[in-house]
Amino acid sequence: MKKEIKKLDEVTIRFAGDSGDGMQLTGSQFSDTTALFGNDLITLPDYPAEIRAPAGTLYGVSGFQLRFSSQDTNTPGDHPDVLVAMNPAALKKNQKDLLPGATIIVNQDAFDLRNIRSAGYNVNPLEDNSLDGFKLFKIPISSLTANALADSSLTVKEVARCKNFFALGLMYWMFNRPLEPTLKWINKKFKKVPALAEANTKVLNAGYYYGENTEIFETRYTVSPANLPKGTYRNISGNEALALGCVTASLKSGVPLFLGSYPITPASEILHQLSTYKNFGVKTFQAEDEIAGITSAIGASFGGYLALTTTSGPGMALKTEALGLAVMTELPLVIINVQRGGPSTGLPTKTEQSDLLQAFYGRNGEAPIPVIAASTPGNCFEMAFEAFRISTKYMTPVILLSDGYIANGAEPWLIPDESSIPELSVKFRTEKEGFAPYMRDENLARPWVVPGTPGLEHRIGGLEKANITGNVSHDPDNHHMMCELRAKKVKNIENDIPETEVFGEEKGDILVLGWGGTYGAIRDAVIRAQKEGLSVSQVHLHHINPFPKNLGNILKNFKKIIVPELNLGQLSKILRIEFLIPVESFCKVKGLPFTAVEIYSKISSMSGGKK
Amino acid sequence: MTTNTEIKYTAKDFASDQDVRWCPGCGDYSILAQVQRTFPDIGVPKEKIVIISGIGCSSRFTYYMDTFGMHGIHGRAPAIAGGLKIARPDLSVWVAAGDGDLLSIGGNHFIHTCRKNIDLKILLFNNRIYGLTKGQYSPTSEKGKITKSSPYGSVDYPFNPLSLALGAGATFIARSIDRNPKHMQEMIKKAADHKGTSFVEIFQNCNIFNDGAYDHLSSKDTKDDAVLVLEHGKPMIFGSQRNKGIILNGTKPQVVNIDEGNYSINDILVHSETDDNPFLSYLLTYLSENPDYPTPIGVFRNVLRPTCDEEIQNQINYITEVNGKGTLKELFHNTTTWTVE
Ligand SMILES: Cc1ncc(C[n+]2csc(CCOP(=O)(O)OP(=O)(O)O)c2C)c(N)n1
Ligand code: SF4
Ligand SMILES: [Mg+2]
Repeated sequence: MKKEIKKLDEVTIRFAGDSGDGMQLTGSQFSDTTALFGNDLITLPDYPAEIRAPAGTLYGVSGFQLRFSSQDTNTPGDHPDVLVAMNPAALKKNQKDLLPGATIIVNQDAFDLRNIRSAGYNVNPLEDNSLDGFKLFKIPISSLTANALADSSLTVKEVARCKNFFALGLMYWMFNRPLEPTLKWINKKFKKVPALAEANTKVLNAGYYYGENTEIFETRYTVSPANLPKGTYRNISGNEALALGCVTASLKSGVPLFLGSYPITPASEILHQLSTYKNFGVKTFQAEDEIAGITSAIGASFGGYLALTTTSGPGMALKTEALGLAVMTELPLVIINVQRGGPSTGLPTKTEQSDLLQAFYGRNGEAPIPVIAASTPGNCFEMAFEAFRISTKYMTPVILLSDGYIANGAEPWLIPDESSIPELSVKFRTEKEGFAPYMRDENLARPWVVPGTPGLEHRIGGLEKANITGNVSHDPDNHHMMCELRAKKVKNIENDIPETEVFGEEKGDILVLGWGGTYGAIRDAVIRAQKEGLSVSQVHLHHINPFPKNLGNILKNFKKIIVPELNLGQLSKILRIEFLIPVESFCKVKGLPFTAVEIYSKISSMSGGKK
Repeated sequence: MTTNTEIKYTAKDFASDQDVRWCPGCGDYSILAQVQRTFPDIGVPKEKIVIISGIGCSSRFTYYMDTFGMHGIHGRAPAIAGGLKIARPDLSVWVAAGDGDLLSIGGNHFIHTCRKNIDLKILLFNNRIYGLTKGQYSPTSEKGKITKSSPYGSVDYPFNPLSLALGAGATFIARSIDRNPKHMQEMIKKAADHKGTSFVEIFQNCNIFNDGAYDHLSSKDTKDDAVLVLEHGKPMIFGSQRNKGIILNGTKPQVVNIDEGNYSINDILVHSETDDNPFLSYLLTYLSENPDYPTPIGVFRNVLRPTCDEEIQNQINYITEVNGKGTLKELFHNTTTWTVE
């Protein structure tokens, strides 16, 4: 049977199932293949805090969404065009995000009485017409998988576990993707267990040919490759990019990297990644707690390493006192906070931007620390490098904020040309002549002198230092001066960071000002509003403390400023203090990223529909 | 560790230019003096020695030594020092800490440093009180102690620092007393020579807030009967007449007199620092809990195990040998890539 092929500009798919159903794997396989195919894409995994919640329950549903496109893509999509639901709970949890007309593919076999009840349905939703507005495909995925493996030696349980590859195969057919990348992956992954390799291969093919050969599906879709800049690409998640950026800083400076860290979601992946880079000289230390994570890094920094500590939420709170020590000892240190929902343990697996004020002010005493934030998975690479640049040049701790959304999200990343990455020049002082521990260079940075340097033995510490000599000092005037010096050192960094760019007109009605992982949603919303003729521009901040020097002037050029944030208005507060201007916060604290539609609607309502 | 035989230091070379500001008569002076006297003999160039401390009277130690040093934050010295040692295994890294610093706020770092066997030399200045904050009870203060924060007597049981270290897996455990300089020097030297976490508990008198805590162990009339000096391979004999000894009765230690005819020197337990089984060391750490028994000083345990810092370095060396030194290209291309023409 000849099937129609329809061309689409972009598609959003969400795979959802029990946390044991392998949805993350299915989603990432689909993403990898789609990237190889040449589309631009962004992914968004959404997994529950429980590792294996009871089967069939709503809170055990794990999801993976991706949007792929023939155009530049900034968000993983607001509303899935296709939902693959492996059980009733997955359907129930995700149906509300679908617009009428969306495609739903369900594993019909999973809709038994028990699962229907666990999901909180009274009647089988596949039979009560409640899904009438959607294109519903009821496919007995479990039994088709079992049929495909009828003569295999696998146990019933193992067979059942292959069903996600049936769904994947079917999606490959539906969206005209090649099977080869996943087949290659299967063979590598199950090299030692040929029976599993064979079974998964069979099931993947079975899913694909089910689409091809049955009459259920009349249409296939295709999304042409995007017009991406030339070069070599790989997929990268925010956490991977952070790890890569840190190692790159180490290679470009010739100074080895030390990570002191304690596992915590969603930051652990950085620790995992960096512990594999042994042949890059990276030393990773899984400390007994976050306090030891940061203090061991301070020790390593004193010893002349590029020092890093990584954490999230409550872990960041524990590091507070040691941040002050790093400020006082003026040692380089990078602190990466992959923000998650708070306060306290909060929402461990959900995203949020609510640690900004903590990064700015959350310490005892006058303790200024530069703060920068990454905006996309790929941008995490540049920001990690930038954090080390600032921290070593100015001898200061630097807080780099990421968030759960960009940490786990992934996108194709244009691998940078090695020569385009600047060298990171790091100086260790060895000359004895004229040395004093708290003398300062033109950047107000003190010298970095590591143990082992003959004749330069000296002591540093958390007690206030006398200017220049670094001896302990309780002198009132000295303390006042040192507080100002430390503040000035950080403020001066504004002369050494790029001016921020305005996307759109330099002057206008509305400026949407964001920071961090909300970049993509804001960008999509602003593009849409601009297309409709609204006078809207976007500024997205990567350097937050200090702000880019031109920010103040930009703000003056707009009648209204909207600041969308995944918190209760933290950047807004800082902007009001810093620039004495009214800004309107647009807040969301639901553990979820903004959708482009939400921001677009806000822009649209603020402009009063005026074109 | 690099040894350097050319430069000959004296104690003075290790004194910094800062005025020492402990109360006159404080036991910390003796510890400072013994460390300064011992360091010329540990065979490490001065610039390779680092002293890390937390907060407390004792933690001021760092400022008085002309070595590299960091006066950190309360309780975190072992963690700071651990990071430094892992980064720089070539350095000789020392921790100076008070009983509150190391065992209360820093207890977690202390036990994990011992467990991981990070090659740090930890000196505990145990005055059984919080000195710097002016006299509250500490985690080594005896139960019932009356202090500013326990006017009716503290209700806490104290830690036994040596058994704590032993339970946490420390590979070198020793004890000394501020008023016994020769002995302390010997312990510091042995701690320096040991590869792995070395823990030395030093009984230190705080003459302002807990004066006389160790008088019975240092005053002429009582010390010989109150102190048992442990020596590797020697029987555990003590007393002014050197006629008392320790035997093991089942699993219980017992003090006997070898002059009375029932026991001879051959019955007395012989001390072994290096016993793989920590049972006897553990028993010795608890000896002083019973007022009828002497308080042992000396090296309780001294065994060798690979250290955390060297194992981390070994892994790096090995993987680098197998995979070659990492390059940017390898870093960027360590997954599937594709090319857009
Ligand atoms: C986080 C923190 N909590 C409390 C203190 C106050 N503080 C300083 S030293 C100290 C205890 C000192 O006792 P110890 O460690 O036994 O040292 P000593 O002064 O007896 O040598 C305390 C509670 C502090 N500096 N930092
Ligand atoms: S208070 Fe006690 S421990 Fe502190 S310096 Fe004075 S005597 Fe020494
Ligand atoms: Mg004390």
